Amino acid sequence: MDLDIAAGEALGVVGESGSGKSVTFLSVLGLLRPPGRIEAGEILFDGRDLRRVSRAELRALRGRHMALAMQDALSALNPAFTIGQQLIETLEAHGLAANTREQAAAALSRVGIPSAAERLDDYPHQFSGGMRQRAMIAISLAARPRLLVADEPTTALDVTLRAQVLDLLDELREQDGLALALITHDLAVVAERCPRVMVMYAGQVVESGPTAQVVARPLHPYTRGLLESLPRLEDPDRPLHPIPGQVPDLARLDGGCRFRNRCSMAISACAGPTPLADLGGGRASRCLRAAEVSP
Amino acid sequence: MTASRLLERLLQTLPVLFGVSLIVFLMITLTPGDPVEIMLADSRATPEQAAQLRADLGLDRPLPQRFLVFLGNALTGDFGISFFHRRPVRDVIAERLPATIELTLAAILLAIAVAIPLGVIAAVKRDTWLDRALTALSLFGVSLPGFWFGLLLILLFAVQLGVFPVGGRTDFDLEVARVTGFLLIDSVIAGRPDAFLAALRHLALPAITLGLPTAALLTRVVRSAMAEVLTSDYVLFAEAKGLSRRRVLLRHALKNALIPVVTVAAIETGSLLGGNMIVETVFGWPGLGRLVVESIFARNYPLVQAAVLLYAVTYVMLNFTADLLYTALNPKVRL
Ligand SMILES: Nc1ncnc2c1ncn2[C@@H]1O[C@H](COP(=O)(O)OP(=O)(O)OP(=O)(O)O)[C@@H](O)[C@H]1O
Ligand code: SF4
Ligand SMILES: [Mg+2]
Repeated sequence: MDLDIAAGEALGVVGESGSGKSVTFLSVLGLLRPPGRIEAGEILFDGRDLRRVSRAELRALRGRHMALAMQDALSALNPAFTIGQQLIETLEAHGLAANTREQAAAALSRVGIPSAAERLDDYPHQFSGGMRQRAMIAISLAARPRLLVADEPTTALDVTLRAQVLDLLDELREQDGLALALITHDLAVVAERCPRVMVMYAGQVVESGPTAQVVARPLHPYTRGLLESLPRLEDPDRPLHPIPGQVPDLARLDGGCRFRNRCSMAISACAGPTPLADLGGGRASRCLRAAEVSP
Repeated sequence: MTASRLLERLLQTLPVLFGVSLIVFLMITLTPGDPVEIMLADSRATPEQAAQLRADLGLDRPLPQRFLVFLGNALTGDFGISFFHRRPVRDVIAERLPATIELTLAAILLAIAVAIPLGVIAAVKRDTWLDRALTALSLFGVSLPGFWFGLLLILLFAVQLGVFPVGGRTDFDLEVARVTGFLLIDSVIAGRPDAFLAALRHLALPAITLGLPTAALLTRVVRSAMAEVLTSDYVLFAEAKGLSRRRVLLRHALKNALIPVVTVAAIETGSLLGGNMIVETVFGWPGLGRLVVESIFARNYPLVQAAVLLYAVTYVMLNFTADLLYTALNPKVRL
């Protein structure tokens, strides 16, 4: 898969549960857990193939150049260490620690945590949900990485906090030129905040392109199905169409299109290879009948 | 934990201790065998003299009264006279207790020192041959009969190789002045490295024998706690921050994995204190365990009662300590 995110840009990553969003981006960070492994392909970061760098180099990149924000800060933060300790150790790991407490307090203020200096010695459970999520993002961003992979960073929050955290990510993007990969189930969030989108299905990217165009004119039946299964603000009475059928067993794949068993447009050629084809204008799709998807 | 909560937990232990003392009292007094007969077995005492002794020991009074007397005295630290030694039970126990504590502490420290690295390795190398080998080994260790293993060690290291002594606490010519009763400490106080070394050598085999099943058990606890922690989000997050593997494992993972381990270790210490009769007997270790065994055979009621009560108090207090440690290690439950 081809993943390029420019500084200050946001890429939305959508797909059903189990479509491989988390796994894909964890493999970018070199954090796949056994028995998971990358079978093929290359991951380029600044033109370097991350699959070829040593573990030590990869570790130096992690946190320093690319960081991860997780869904649930309560489980992502270590309950046995203070917020300050967890923030400062990131600085230390990358040799950035100078006057650490001030740096740490500054990092917390940057994400909008009030009286940050006093909260450094608090444990994660002493923070409120929204503040904890901010603190986790502050820790991810402590070493000022250029890419942040945010894996459903708002799913665990209520609606108001959700908007706050997303606003925060937008702000950091604009101010610091942070590149953001926003993994989410929520197409509406992507439509609103991410100029580009990547749609994943069964462990593959099936479509990618500028969000406005993808939403207006999907080039893959799965994307179209995803859009049709969502309620729309401007037309709340429109009937919803969930996609029938189930995701294939990823352990038993043939070489054909992975969406084929659920696709109403399938033809015999769909049992053959379906590479991600560049369709011009920054758009790409795996569908052999891409042109016919949106009449 | 607040002071009132602390007090509440302490008070909760009282019914347990009362129950234990009642059970101990009944079990000992209701088993057949007359202590006066045993005490007078070798002498040619008249029935009058026997009755006099019986009255002196309070054995002629009804059971409920005897229990109340026992309980009241126990509260003031008076456990009566040891039939066998004809000295206060308290003094006899105080004399033997340091040896047992020394052995128990050595065993539990040894067990922890072995269990943490092995458990961590097994968890990190989960589902590899190394993990399976360690699991098999710990299963073996848990189920090993202590006396058999102790005898095996004696045969190999004491009799065959002669690197460790067969039994006892130290050599005859290396005794030091008794201050604390802990030989290792006393020989430091006396400034006698030779006595310290001798005490350590005597301690080695019994401590290994006593500590082995605990080491095996703790290894399994460390492994499963660590394995669970390693799948947690915060370990993944710590790795994503770019921390070294070492730091992720030994700081982030281990600190959390140790919480259940500390609890089990504290409780195990209680079981070791009360469960070292076999090891003390095999190694001729002059501790409380052997004293209790001797006293059971001699129907030395007061001493057995006091010892079992002491075991119960220690066990309850160690559980209590485990609670405190759990609180100290786990900021989330701190009130
Ligand atoms: N490219 C792939 N190759 C093989 N297996 C994969 C691939 N992608 C995903 N999987 C499998 O699918 C499972 C679910 O993937 P993942 O957790 O990434 O889904 P997700 O899209 O993040 O779902 P959710 O929205 O619920 O978080 C993984 O455990 C993995 O076993
Ligand atoms: S390639 Fe064929 S089966 Fe796959 S989405 Fe397109 S039409 Fe459907
Ligand atoms: Mg996921």
